[in-house]
Order: sequence, then structure tokens, then C-alpha cells
Amino acid sequence: MQFPTACGGRPVAPPLPTLPGSQSIVNILLEHGVDTVFGYLGAAVLPLFDRFRDLSWTSSLDMISPSQEIIMSKNKVKNEQTCKPGSQIVVDILQEENVEVLFGYLGGVVLPLFDKLYDAPIKFIIPRHEQGGCHMADAYARATGKVGVVIATSGPGATNLVTGIANAMMDSVPMVAITGQVRTELIGNDSFQEADTTGITRPITKHNMIIKNPLELPQALREAFYIARTGRPGPVLIDLPVDMQLAQIPVSSPTPIELPGFRNRTRGHARQISMAAQAINEAERPVLYVGGGIIISNASEELRTFAQKANIPVTMTLLGLGAYDQNRPESLDMLGMHGTAYANYAVQNCDLLIAVGSRFDDRVTGKVKTFAPHAKIIHVDLDPSSISKNVAVDIPVVGDAKEVLAAMTEEVEHRPRDTWFKQIAEWKAKYPLRYDRDARTLKPQYVIEEVWRQTKGEATIVTGVGQHQMWTAQFYKFSRARQFITSGGLGTMGFGLPAAIGAQIARPGETVIDIDGDSSFNMTLTELSTAVQYNLPIKVCILNNGYMGMVRQWQELFYGKRYSCSSLQNPDFANLARAFGAVGYTVDKKEDAAGVIEKMLRETRPCVVDFHVDREENVWPMVPAGKALHEMDGLNLFEIA
Amino acid sequence: MKHIISALVQNKPGVLAHVAGMFAARAFNINSLAVGETEDPSLSRMTIVVVGDDRTVEQVRKQLAKIVTIVKVQDFAGQDVVARDLMLISVACSPEKRPEILALIEMFTAKVVDIGPKYVTVEVAGPESKIEAFIEACRPYGIKNMVRTGTIAMARQSRTAGQQDKDAE
Repeated sequence: MQFPTACGGRPVAPPLPTLPGSQSIVNILLEHGVDTVFGYLGAAVLPLFDRFRDLSWTSSLDMISPSQEIIMSKNKVKNEQTCKPGSQIVVDILQEENVEVLFGYLGGVVLPLFDKLYDAPIKFIIPRHEQGGCHMADAYARATGKVGVVIATSGPGATNLVTGIANAMMDSVPMVAITGQVRTELIGNDSFQEADTTGITRPITKHNMIIKNPLELPQALREAFYIARTGRPGPVLIDLPVDMQLAQIPVSSPTPIELPGFRNRTRGHARQISMAAQAINEAERPVLYVGGGIIISNASEELRTFAQKANIPVTMTLLGLGAYDQNRPESLDMLGMHGTAYANYAVQNCDLLIAVGSRFDDRVTGKVKTFAPHAKIIHVDLDPSSISKNVAVDIPVVGDAKEVLAAMTEEVEHRPRDTWFKQIAEWKAKYPLRYDRDARTLKPQYVIEEVWRQTKGEATIVTGVGQHQMWTAQFYKFSRARQFITSGGLGTMGFGLPAAIGAQIARPGETVIDIDGDSSFNMTLTELSTAVQYNLPIKVCILNNGYMGMVRQWQELFYGKRYSCSSLQNPDFANLARAFGAVGYTVDKKEDAAGVIEKMLRETRPCVVDFHVDREENVWPMVPAGKALHEMDGLNLFEIA
Repeated sequence: MKHIISALVQNKPGVLAHVAGMFAARAFNINSLAVGETEDPSLSRMTIVVVGDDRTVEQVRKQLAKIVTIVKVQDFAGQDVVARDLMLISVACSPEKRPEILALIEMFTAKVVDIGPKYVTVEVAGPESKIEAFIEACRPYGIKNMVRTGTIAMARQSRTAGQQDKDAE
């Protein structure tokens, strides 16, 4: 065959037709005769789902509720004088670590452990799915600051924990996960309910270990607690073959934990602190940008003293909300992709950015190259690997937020900075968070404001992930640390309901409200039955728009309103709640909302309110992915003439 | 730029998987990795050669240090170090080419460890540049097989010792 020739007479191959990668994937699926695809949307797979829209395929939600096969195992071990079975040692150490509540699910290879828990003065919460149990332990840890503990069996029990563990890892939540494992001599044989749990969870845990020598069990478990709560907290998994639980182990008292190379510098370097203080004293337009690190180190008090003495406005990340009282005038509320315009403008115009316990996540920075372009950056963090990871830092301070803030407070001086605060006040006046308050339809933001008003801003709030989460972050004003519990780093839909259960167990008698989305709630709604079983008066407000709202918003804005696979057929949530033994309400009209919220707050049983909100409401402002922080869309909707 | 990173780790199962997994998860590239016990049987030494700009390598170092079972991490960049590779290489070697190849082996102070009718297997140790040079020298004869350990390295005790070592190369 003769190709057309270009200059020089050399044959040139005709250009190959190009296809988007998403289309190629679809073509290959078709070639292989695939006619059904199971899956769930998210920002990173939107291009692919966009292609599916043109095909008459069905998409299906993947909701799993496995029934664990329970194998009765014989537990014939007798107590010796100085020995106890491993399972009893585990229970003893849990008590030694002051564990009051355990979350977890039974299974064949954890039965020895559960047998010992039968007599232990530890409260046990059985979720309906291990993922739920893991989120409960996570939220319990976030609400109390203590280590959350979750137990699951081998194989599917352990793999069901994966999402929950990854969620805890991303948000630095102290957690110990204990998984059962098949007998050591069966490991590696593809035994029944065997999975390489330490292999699977290695990248999503702070540390993990499998016990193959019973003598190592006591110290390993103590180390697990120590590692989970020391330094930057995180989940630690300990995989416990069933024969380790049955083995007779000598009773030992705790010895000091020595892990070579596991060091945490909590006191900041004095010279770095002085350099930071000097930069702060010289700054004309400083901004404090604080994150979950403040909450983890219980540094709210120190933050307030510092910010007020140095006279610096404060903006918070999603996980930082509650670190600084949002009712105070120097609070700029949340920054980032769906942050307030005044926070984002302040960051983009500041001459000094003081990051404390925050990690320059891409949802905070927008396009990194254009982030805080005029600012010198101070970064205080306990984890050296967070410093200069995403953004180059001028003055790094490795240390604990509490100690470093206290030390910096000593060295900073009060500066008036009137021009800067005047500028910020102007932005606040011009671009407050707004929505159509006069609309006759039920707006999701209205529901949140009403919940905030009726709870006097005092409730513990948890969320799922998506639009409702962002609206909650925007419209509920938090005043104290650990008041807002949400999945930040991993963005785990379905976190809300189990997290509400964990938070309610941590705070009996207090009001705990899950503000959820219909799609998020669908993912883990089976845990309603857990709430009913333990008689937990949690409140669930579903902002039901019949869509995966945030996905739909992206499809509207970036995929030409092609709503591929993003709308769901929901159950009647109120009736469903009643079937579970909970209380259920439905709200269709704006004028009914306040009254039902009032009733909801008085309920003593778990209560679900299904708010049928405006279906196509969007979260504004929005910094599109890859744009600079000041390039916010939807601002014109907010401008006040 | 190429960095030699030396990590002292606890000699426990799973540590290598943790290190390898961290490199893969964070999209860092490993050029070579060598592991072995140290004088203290509870500790192993990993020598990892990575290529990247200073910021990437700084992250590699920090992320390694964060792994609980890693005791100490050292980046040898800018330091005077002794760095060595070991290689076994089988080179095509017909009887008539033998003197030529043996002379080459002599020149590189390498060692014949196995010899057959068609091939000779040679052990070569030294700095990476020497190993590379030996491979290039063998290429025209035909390389059947080769295996390398990856770099191991140690900081030099003194400058004078370093000079002697360089002379030996």
C-alpha cells in the first residue's frame, strides 16, 4: 500500500484516530461482551461514566451486607497459675489501656476473644457491617480523643474494615484494629476466610503486625496502643491468628515501650520559633491557616490566646472546623474549594501564612503554583513529612501545635493591622455565604441553618460526604473542638450514620445530628438497626435531592449537564426508619421544616428526617479543580449590590 | 540526581514489604535496593539508590523515617562514601576468544567463577562505573546472563583512607 508522501518523499503513516481513554475503555468492555457494569461514581471516574450514558446499560449500587458464617470453636484452655490464654491477655490489656467501648463483629477465628469479652466490663457495640463498626470506632476516637478500638474476624471481616481504616489514616485518627486470622499453620494455604490482612492494610495503617509467637502478643498489643496515639495519631492493625488467642501466655506487667527510631519531637526548635515570631511581628497581612492538628493536640485554647495576642485572622480547613470559635469576628471560616470568598481572598493576599496542624491538601490550595503568591509561609506540624510536601515552606517548625503555639505566644507582639482587618471586613460584607433565602422551595442550606438555630450551635454534628457536607461546613457555625466530625481526607460516603452512632456513644445525653445526603445515607443505612438496638437517640437529617449531589454538580458544570448514572431511586426513608424501629418524618415543604426539626430534637429514639430539598441546588462558591484559590465560580451570586 | 540512602531497619518480617510498598504508593522510583543483616542481628541495613530532585529525595527520606520499624535514615548525598556493586555475568566465550576475554577480566581485576565450553561466568565487584564499563566491554562478545546486587555503601572514616580507596579503583 502506498502512503501519501510528505516533503522529502518519505512515506508518512496516516494519523491514527485518537479516542479519549474513557471511550477506549468502553470499547474494550463492549468487545468483551460486557453488558452490565456495577459501580459507583466519584470525581475521578466521571469521564468514564460520561461515556456510559450513551449506552443502555444499567448501573447498580453496591451495598453489601454479608452474613458471617460462625464456626463454633472449642475453647478448652484452662487458666494456669501464671499463664492465661491469649484471648484473656488481650482483654486484660484492653482494660489496662482504659478501653471502655469496643466496636466489632464476630466470626470464626475471633470467637476465643469474644468468649473472654463476655465477662469483661467493656461495652460492646455490634454494627451490621464491619465498615460501620470501624467508622463508629473512628468517630468515637474523634469525639473523645481516646483510641478507638474495632475487632473483626479474618478474611471478609478484615477486608470490610479497609475503607474505615483508610479513612482513619487520612484524618490521623488514633485507632487499634484487631483482626482474627486463621491458625498459623494454615496461613498461606488459601484457607477458609483467609486474607493477607497485614499485606492489604500496610499502606493504610500507621503500623501493622501479625503475631506468630504468642510470647510477643502482650508487648505488641501495648505497642499498638502506644503507636496509635503517639505523635501524629493513626490506625494500627494487629492480626491475631486464632491459635495465638488460645495459647497459654505468661502474664506480664506493662514495661516502658521502647521503639528504636520512633521519635516525636513535640517541642519546636527554639530558633525556628524565634524566626517565626519575628516574621509574625513584621507581617502586615498575616493569616492563620489551621487544620485538624489543632484539634488532635487539644490546642484550641493556645490558638485563641495566640491569635488574639498577635491579632491575626484565622481560617480553618474542613477538619479544623471547631478549632476556633466561628462566632468570633476574626474567624474567616473555612477556606479552599468550597471555602468562603473572604478566607480565600485573605490567603491569596496575605504577606504571611501561618499554617498550624494543616497539610496543604489540594482541596485547600487549588493550583499549588498560585497558592498564597505573596506570602512567606510558616508551617508548624508534628509530622516532618508534611512539611514542604506540597508547598515549599520558608520557616518550618516541627513540633506539637499546643507547645509551639504556647511558645510563639511568648514571643509575638500585638500589632493593630487596621488596614488588613478593614480589608477583610469589606470582603466579608461583600461576599458573605449566601443562598436564596426567599425561595419558596426547601433549600438544603435553610435546613442546616434551622438546625443550627434550634440547637443554638451546640450540637455535635457529623456528616457523610458530598454537597450536604460542604453546606454543613459553611452554614453550621462551630464553636468548639470535636464538635464537627466528618470524613475529610478520604471523603468516605456513608461515614455519617455510623459516625453518629460512635459520637453518641462517646457523648451519652448530648445531641448528635448526622446531616447526610441521600446517596451517602444509602451506603450504610443498615446501621440504623444498630442505633435502635442500643437505643441511641441520634438524629439523621437527610438532605434528599435524589442525586449524588456533588457528582451531579460536577456533571452540570463540567460535563454539559449529562447526568450519567447520578440519580438514584431512593426508598421512602421515613417508612424505612419505622421498619427499623426508629422514628421517621418526611418534609416536603419549607414551612414544615422548622416544626419537624423541633420534634426531631425532642425524640428520645433514633430519628430520621427525610428533607426533600431543591434537587439542583449547587454548592457555591467553588474553585474548580486546578484553578487558583481566588478564581472562584458562583461569586456573582453572592455579591451584594 | 542519584542519591544513595542508607536505612537501618528492625530485622522483622514485613519491613521490606513496607518500604517497597511505600515507594510504589508514593510514586518514587528505586534504582536498586540491597538488604542484609548488620553486626547486630536485630537490625538490617537497606541501601536504596533513588533518582530524583532534592525535594523528592527529601520526601523519600522523611517518608522512610516515618515507617515505625525503620530506626535511622541517612542520605549520603554530598558525603564521601565507599559505594560498591557486585555482579555475576556470563559472557559468550568460544575457545579461540578465551585469551582475549581473560585479559579483559584481568584488566578489571574481576574473577572467573565458572567456565563452560561456550560461556565464562565472571564475578565483578566495584563502583557502579566499573561494573557498567565491564558490561560495555563484554557486550561485543555476547552477554548470556547477568545479575547485580545493587549498590551498598558506607560513609568513609577518613579522607586519606578515601584517597587510598580511589587509587585501588
